Amino acid sequence: MAAVATSKTSTRGRRRRMTLSRRFESAGPFTYLFLLGVAILSVFPLYWSVVVASHDNSAIADYPPVMTPGRELFHNIGRVFNSGEVNINFWTALINSAIVSGAIAFSVVLFSTLAGFAFAKLKFRGNKVLMLVVVGTLIVPVQLGVIPLYIEMKHLGWINHLHAVIAPFLVSAFGVFLMRQYIVSSVPNELIDASRVDGCHTLRVFWHVVLPAVRPAAAVLGLLTFMNAWNDFFWPLIVLTPGNPTVQVAVSTLQSGYVQDYSLVFAGTFVSILPLLAIFLVLGRQIIGGIMKGAVKG
Amino acid sequence: MSEAIEHAPSVRRAGAARRRLHRIDAVVSPYVYVGSFFVIFCAFGLFPLGYTAWMSLTDRNLLNPTTHFVGLDNYTALLHDSYFWNAVENTLGIWVLSTVPQLLLALALAHLINTKLRGRTFFRMSVLLPQVTSLVAVALIFTQLFSRDYGLFNYLLGGIGISPVDWEAGRFSSWVALSVMVTWRWTGFNALLYLAAMQAIPEDLYESAAIDGARRWRQFWHITVPMIRPTIIFTVVVSTIGGLQLFTEPFLFQPVKNGAMGGSARQYQTISMYLYEKSFGSSQFKFGYAAAIAWCLFLIIVLISIINFLLVRRIKSAET
Repeated sequence: MAAVATSKTSTRGRRRRMTLSRRFESAGPFTYLFLLGVAILSVFPLYWSVVVASHDNSAIADYPPVMTPGRELFHNIGRVFNSGEVNINFWTALINSAIVSGAIAFSVVLFSTLAGFAFAKLKFRGNKVLMLVVVGTLIVPVQLGVIPLYIEMKHLGWINHLHAVIAPFLVSAFGVFLMRQYIVSSVPNELIDASRVDGCHTLRVFWHVVLPAVRPAAAVLGLLTFMNAWNDFFWPLIVLTPGNPTVQVAVSTLQSGYVQDYSLVFAGTFVSILPLLAIFLVLGRQIIGGIMKGAVKG
Repeated sequence: MSEAIEHAPSVRRAGAARRRLHRIDAVVSPYVYVGSFFVIFCAFGLFPLGYTAWMSLTDRNLLNPTTHFVGLDNYTALLHDSYFWNAVENTLGIWVLSTVPQLLLALALAHLINTKLRGRTFFRMSVLLPQVTSLVAVALIFTQLFSRDYGLFNYLLGGIGISPVDWEAGRFSSWVALSVMVTWRWTGFNALLYLAAMQAIPEDLYESAAIDGARRWRQFWHITVPMIRPTIIFTVVVSTIGGLQLFTEPFLFQPVKNGAMGGSARQYQTISMYLYEKSFGSSQFKFGYAAAIAWCLFLIIVLISIINFLLVRRIKSAET
C-alpha cells in the first residue's frame, strides 16, 4: 500500500507535464454510450418488475408490453401482506429475516475483528499457520455440509427455529481476512505499544484502540454480511418450514403453480429487496469503496 | 524512607503478580480471540464436512432406523448414475456459458470506467445494483422475462422476426437463460474488482509504453491484463466455486417446484439440485447417497479450480 502511495506522489509532478498518461484520457462518446447501455441493462429488470407489480396481473399479456408504472403498486403490496390471499405470513418473514441478518452481521463483525486483531497485531505461536488455515477454509463451500448440518440441527432441536439459520454463519473466514488486512494497515503499532505501557490488558487495547480505528471497515463488513444473510435461500429452504420462513423463502412460495400472478410475485419481490436497495442508495459509496479497497489488498 | 523500605517486598510482590497476569494475558488472549472463530467454524463448518465424508460411506436414510457401512458402494452407484452425469454436464455447461462472457465483459467494463469520466459514481452504483438484488429476486424476474408466452425476450425476438422460444423447455436455451441471470448479477461486481486492481497499476508503466508508441489496445493487453493477473485469478476461482454450486436460479426457473428435477427432461438440473433432490427435495432422504454427491461436487470444484488457476497463470505470464 505504501509503495503504491509513493509511486503515485512521484508521478503527480510528471502527470502535469505529460498528457500521454492513459488515465488522463477522456472518455469518448462510444465509451459513454456503452456504459449507458450497461447501466440501463443493469437497472431495467428491476424497473420492469416494479412496472409489473404496479399493474393488474392481466396487464402482463398486453401487446405491446406496458412499459410505464401503473397505480396498483400499493394495492398489490397490500395483497402480499394479506394472509387470506397468500399462504404465508409476510410480516413474520420480514421480521425473521431482520433478526437473522442482524444477528449474523453483528456476530461476524465481532468475531472477525477479534480474530483479525490477534492475527494482525498479537504475537503467538502458530499465527501464520492458523491464518493460512482460515484462508484455506474460504474454498470449502458450506453448502457441501448441508446434510450433516441438518442432522446436527435436528439433534439440537433447532429445525424450524431461527437458531438453525443463524448458527452456521456466525463466523466468516472472509471477514477475518478482511479485518486482518485492514488492522495491519490502519492501526499503528505505536498506539498499541503506548496503551500497553499504560497498563492496558489486551481486551482493553481491543476495545479502546482497535475498535474505534476499524469502524469504517467493520461497517462495510457488517453491511455486506447483512446483505448476504438477507439473500440466503438454500439453507433456510431446508431447515425452515413455510410457516416460519425467511423473506426469500416466502417470496419464492408466492410463485408456485402454473397460473402465476406476477403482480403479486413482483410486489413481494419488491418488498424483499427494498431494505437492500435503501441501504445501497444511502451507503453505496462506502460499500463500493470497501469492496475496492479489499480487492486491492487481497 | 523507612516506611518505603518496609513496604518494598509487598509492592514488589504485587508488581510480580501483575506482571504474571500480563504475561498470561499476552500468551492466552490471542488464542482466545482466534479460538472463537475456530470453535464455531469447527462446529458448523468442519464437522459437517468430515461427517459428510463418513456418511457417504453408509446407507444412511432418514426414513430407516438403522445405518450400515457400505464402503464405496455409493460412489460406484454414482459413477453409473446417468442422472448424476447429466447434472454434471448441465452444471459445467451453464458455468462455462456464464463465466466466460461475464469475466470478459467485466474486464471491458472496468477498462472503460477507468478513464476520465463524468458520472463515475453513477456508473459504479448502477453496475453494482444487480449484485445487491437477491438471488431469488433475480431468478423470479428473469424467469418471467424468459417466459414463453408473455416474456420480454420473446417479444424482442419477435420484433426482429424470430418466432418465440420456449426457453425453459430446451436444453441449450435453458442454459442460456440461466447464464444470463448469473451474468447479469455478477458482471458489475467483477468489474469493480478489476477496476480497483487497475487503479493500483503505477502510472509510469503506461507512460513509458506510450513513449514507445504502444497503442491503447496494446497497452491493455501488455500492461493492464498482466498487472491485474492476481485479481483475474481470484475472480476465476471465485466464480468457479460459486458457479459449480448453482442452485437458486435453476431451482426457481422450474415451473413446478415440488422437486428439483430441473425441467421435465432434467435439461437444467445442476449437481446441487440433484443433491437436494436425493436428500430433501422429493422426500427421498437418501443422505448417504447425497453425501457422496456432495463430495464429488467438492472434488470437481477443487479440480477445476486448480486447472483454471494453472491455465490463467500460464496464459498471462506468456504475454509479459
